[in-house]
Amino acid sequence: MNPNEFGLAESGLKKSGFQRARGPLAESEAEPQGIKKAEPRSIKKESELGKLWGLRKRPQALALRILVTLSAGVTIGIVLFLVGYILVKGVLHLSPDLFAWTYTSVNVSLLPALINTVLMTLLSLVFSVPLGVFAAVYLVEYARRGSRLVAAVRLAAETLAGIPSIVYGLFGMLLFVVHLKWGYSLLAGACTLAVMVLPLVMRTAEESLLAIPDSYREGSFALGAGRLRTVFAVVLPSAVPGILAGVILAVGRIVGETAALIFTAGTVARLPESVCSSTRTLAVHMYSLASEALYLNQSCATAVVLLVLVSCINTLSIRAARKLTGDRDG
Amino acid sequence: MKTGITTEKIMQAVFLLAACASILCVALICLFLFANGLPPIGEIGPLRFLTGTRWRPGSGLYGIAPMILGSLYVTAGAVAVGVPLGVLTAVYMAAFCPKGLYKILNPAVFLLAGIPSIVYGFFGLVVLVPAFRALFGGGKSILTASVLLGIMILPTIISVSEAALRAVPKNYYEGALALGATHERAVFFTVLPAARSGVTAAVILGVGRSIGETMAVIMVAGNQAVIPRSLLQGARTMTANVVLEMGYAADLHRGALIGTAVVLFVFILLINLLFSMVKARRIQ
Repeated sequence: MNPNEFGLAESGLKKSGFQRARGPLAESEAEPQGIKKAEPRSIKKESELGKLWGLRKRPQALALRILVTLSAGVTIGIVLFLVGYILVKGVLHLSPDLFAWTYTSVNVSLLPALINTVLMTLLSLVFSVPLGVFAAVYLVEYARRGSRLVAAVRLAAETLAGIPSIVYGLFGMLLFVVHLKWGYSLLAGACTLAVMVLPLVMRTAEESLLAIPDSYREGSFALGAGRLRTVFAVVLPSAVPGILAGVILAVGRIVGETAALIFTAGTVARLPESVCSSTRTLAVHMYSLASEALYLNQSCATAVVLLVLVSCINTLSIRAARKLTGDRDG
Repeated sequence: MKTGITTEKIMQAVFLLAACASILCVALICLFLFANGLPPIGEIGPLRFLTGTRWRPGSGLYGIAPMILGSLYVTAGAVAVGVPLGVLTAVYMAAFCPKGLYKILNPAVFLLAGIPSIVYGFFGLVVLVPAFRALFGGGKSILTASVLLGIMILPTIISVSEAALRAVPKNYYEGALALGATHERAVFFTVLPAARSGVTAAVILGVGRSIGETMAVIMVAGNQAVIPRSLLQGARTMTANVVLEMGYAADLHRGALIGTAVVLFVFILLINLLFSMVKARRIQ
C-alpha cells in the first residue's frame, strides 16, 4: 500500500532524519543531508559493533539500539525468506507446459490467465485513467480553493481507498453482474477494478498536477491560451511522469487482485471471446490452483510469474515518479 | 471564437463530472450493499444476526458472532505482531540506518508492499502452516493468520511511521541531545512521541488492511465458523465467510452473506472515520 495515497508522506520533507550525531555543535546549515556527516574526519568511523561497545555503560540506550537493529534485521529476514522461498521453489517448477496455449487440467497452463490479466488491466485502465485524471484536473485547475465539492471528493476518495477488495467484489457482483445483468464477465470485472483503483489514480494525478509550477500556467495564459488549452498543452504533458507512476501502481494492484474478481469476472480459464465472457486473471488462477491442493508446485511457479510481474511493474512506477522529481530538480 | 468558449464550458462540465465520479461510486457502493444487505438482516433479526453464535445456513441459523470475533482476533493478532516490528523498523530506518543499508531496506519494504495477497496466502499455506503445526500443534489457526497478516501490514506501518518520524522537526532531536541525552534516548523519548499521531495513523491503516484482508486469511485461518477458544484454533473471518459461501448461496443465505459484508463495511467506515480524525488532528 502506498502511503502517499493517504497524503501522509510529507513530500516537502526530504530525507533529513535524525542520524546519529557525534558532534551536535559541529552541525552546519550547509549540510542538509543530516547531522551524520558532520563527524570530524579525524575520528575513525565506528562499526556497528563498535557503537554497541561504546554504549556498554548505558544499558537503556544499548537495549534500545539492539531492539531496533533486531527489528530491522527481522524485517529484512522476512522479505528475503519470503521472496527467496517463492523464487527458489517456483523457478524449479517453471516448465514450458505452463505456457501452453490452452488450459487443460493436465498442463494447468497459465498463459490464458496471463493474457486475460493484460486484457483486464487495459480495460479497467480505459475506464479509470480518464476519469481519475479528469477529476484531478478539476480539483487542481478548476475548483476554487476550499470549495465544499473538493472536500467531498477528497473524503470520497479516501473512503474508497480504505474499502477492502472483497467489498468491491461484492459491490461489483450486485451492481454489474446482477443488477445490470452482465453476468460474470470481463467487463464487470474491469468496471469493479476501475472503481477500486480510481482513488489511487486520482490522488497521484492530483499530486503531480499540484507539483507543476504556476509559472507554467501563467506563461500559457500570457500567450493567449485558454484554460482548456493550458491544461492539455502545458499542464498535463509536464505532469505525465507523475500520472504514469500512479497508473503503473494501479496496474500493479489490478494484476495482484483476487477477491474483487472472483464474483465479478468469474474463474473460466479460457481466452475471452468478447468483453462479456467470463475470464480468470493470473491471481485468480493462482487462487484456484492453490485451493485445489493438487497443483502446489504449479501454483508456486505461477506465484513466481505473479511476483516478478508485480515487482517489475512497481519498480517501473518508482522510476517514473523519480523522473518527475528529477526533471524538476534539473 | 464562439465554439472555443463552448468547448471550454463543455470540458469544464466533463471535468466536474469526473470529479463527482468518486462521490458517485461511494454512494453506489453504500446503496447496493445496504439495499441488498439490510433487508435480510431485518428478516433474521439484527440482534440474532449479530450476536448469534451459530452459523448453519442449512438449518436457517445465521449468527455471525463467530465471524466478527474471528475478524477481531485475527486483526488484534496482526497488530500485535506487525506494529512493534513495523514501528521499530521504521525507527531504525529513520534514525539508525547506515546509508548503504537504507538502499537495501527501503526497496525491500517496497517489495513487500507490492506482493499480491494471494502470494502471501500461498506462502502462509506452504511454509507457515506446516511450521506452526510442527511447533505449536495448530497449523491453520488464529496464530498463523495473525503472523501472516502481521507481515502483510508491515510495509504500511513502516512507510507511514517512517514518514511521520521524518516529519518531526529536527530541533526536537537537537534539544534532547543538548540536554545530554544519548542518540537512542533522544530518538525514543522525544522524536517518537512527537510522531505519535502519525504512528497512530499507521496503526489504523494496518487495522483497516488486516480486517479487510481476504485471500491470504482464507488459506491459513482454518475457516471453522465457531467461536475460537484458543490461539491455536481455527477461525473464520467475515471476509472469508463471504468468499467461501457466496459461490453457491441462494435466497436468505445469500442475503446473510451480503449482510456480513455490510457489517464489515460498517467496521471499515468506522476505521476510516477514526483515520480522518487522527489526520485532522495532525494537520492542526
